[in-house]
Amino acid sequence: MPAAPERSIGLQFDQVEKRYGAVYALRNLTLNIAAGECVAIAGRNGSGKTTLLRVAARLVRAGRGTISYTGGTSNCRPTIGFVAHATMVYDELTAEENLLFFARLQKVENASKRVAGLLGEVGLQDRKDSPVRTFSRGMRQRVAIARALLAQPWLLLFDEPGTGLDAESAAWLTSYVHKLRDSGCTILLSLHGESEMARLATRAIRLEAGSVIADTRRGAMFQSIFAGAVN
Amino acid sequence: MALLLNAAVLLGKEVRTEFRSRELLSTTIVFVLIVVVVFSFTLDPTTTESRRFGPGLLWMAFLFAASLMLQPCFLREQVNDTLSALRLAVQDPFAIFLAKIAANTLFLLLTEFLMLPVFAALFNVSFGAQLPAILLAFFLGSVGISVVGTALAAISAQARMRELLLPLLLLPLLTPILVISTEVTIRLMQPEPYVEWKGIGLMAGFDVVFLTVLWLFGEYLLEE
Repeated sequence: MPAAPERSIGLQFDQVEKRYGAVYALRNLTLNIAAGECVAIAGRNGSGKTTLLRVAARLVRAGRGTISYTGGTSNCRPTIGFVAHATMVYDELTAEENLLFFARLQKVENASKRVAGLLGEVGLQDRKDSPVRTFSRGMRQRVAIARALLAQPWLLLFDEPGTGLDAESAAWLTSYVHKLRDSGCTILLSLHGESEMARLATRAIRLEAGSVIADTRRGAMFQSIFAGAVN
Repeated sequence: MALLLNAAVLLGKEVRTEFRSRELLSTTIVFVLIVVVVFSFTLDPTTTESRRFGPGLLWMAFLFAASLMLQPCFLREQVNDTLSALRLAVQDPFAIFLAKIAANTLFLLLTEFLMLPVFAALFNVSFGAQLPAILLAFFLGSVGISVVGTALAAISAQARMRELLLPLLLLPLLTPILVISTEVTIRLMQPEPYVEWKGIGLMAGFDVVFLTVLWLFGEYLLEE
């Protein structure tokens, strides 16, 4: 069972704009995500899902507008966990070395114990001494998820986390995100289409050309967000 | 303090991954060795000529070796987007630069220390009592190359023509420290050697200035 986050935070995008050359990745985006929400972001390729998550993580600076974290303490830097397309771990290091390295960077207390616990939770205890380069895509994704969870983040960002996973790994990931959601973590999930994981969301948003074209909570319209049949 | 602790953890990772793969060290050591050997046999210099031209050749070899070594230092972080993970994990992004600079300086110094006896043997030059001063010059010169090179590697890693961009930016910016380093090393290899403290001071000044600039503006270099 994942440990409950120390705090969870909300996110507020206010007229955020991000351009790559002449192309708008995000356009006049205003969005308010409350602490503890699990939001699925749907949209076609190039609709701005990844940019939205990277802007939320402050990895990409918005060209215009403001992004603020709500619900946390203003003098404290929020802890953000990010699971992206890339694994964000070092292939040359073992699973344990990777996690210990990131735990020490984030000053995680009892790093060794935390890492051992997470390796057990993601089912990699037996392979902890193997270099990540020898892992399958699903196992790498498990390491990536463990890395994102190390510091018990207040906000979790998942960018198409099911990509490349086999059915068994995808089912494990869904159940894990389910537990995280129930533990009160604020979660943003970027998804391509309707899936098991999409059903975990308490709210769904559809992006098109960098703008929100639909925003709905669980209900009649929920499925159509993923199908793209939104006017 | 948090900055230094983060930098130390990052440096540990840099050293561990390098000694596991030996990509950078093997490239730079082999490159410098080839340059020194080829020039030694091609020019066949007398001891006087070696003392006059040797230091320039040595620093040129170090510069080209460094440009080979610096290129991958941020490119490696792009393979699995680990740079993003580092930026999310550290409090101050300067820690990333500090660790990369320390690692690059360490690898460059290691190459230089290995090459020094080879250079001395092939060019018939002895350092004798001036060895500590030579090591100081090598250290300050290597820090200068690493500081500027690491900053430019971060910039060029995000550019399209990255292989061309780094040497193109690196060589003009490093000209001052290379000239000073060569001059200081020439003085130290003379029959009556002496330490040119003014040059040493200029090298230290160069390092401090560029390190300060990087501390102030480094964060912007890491942004996408």
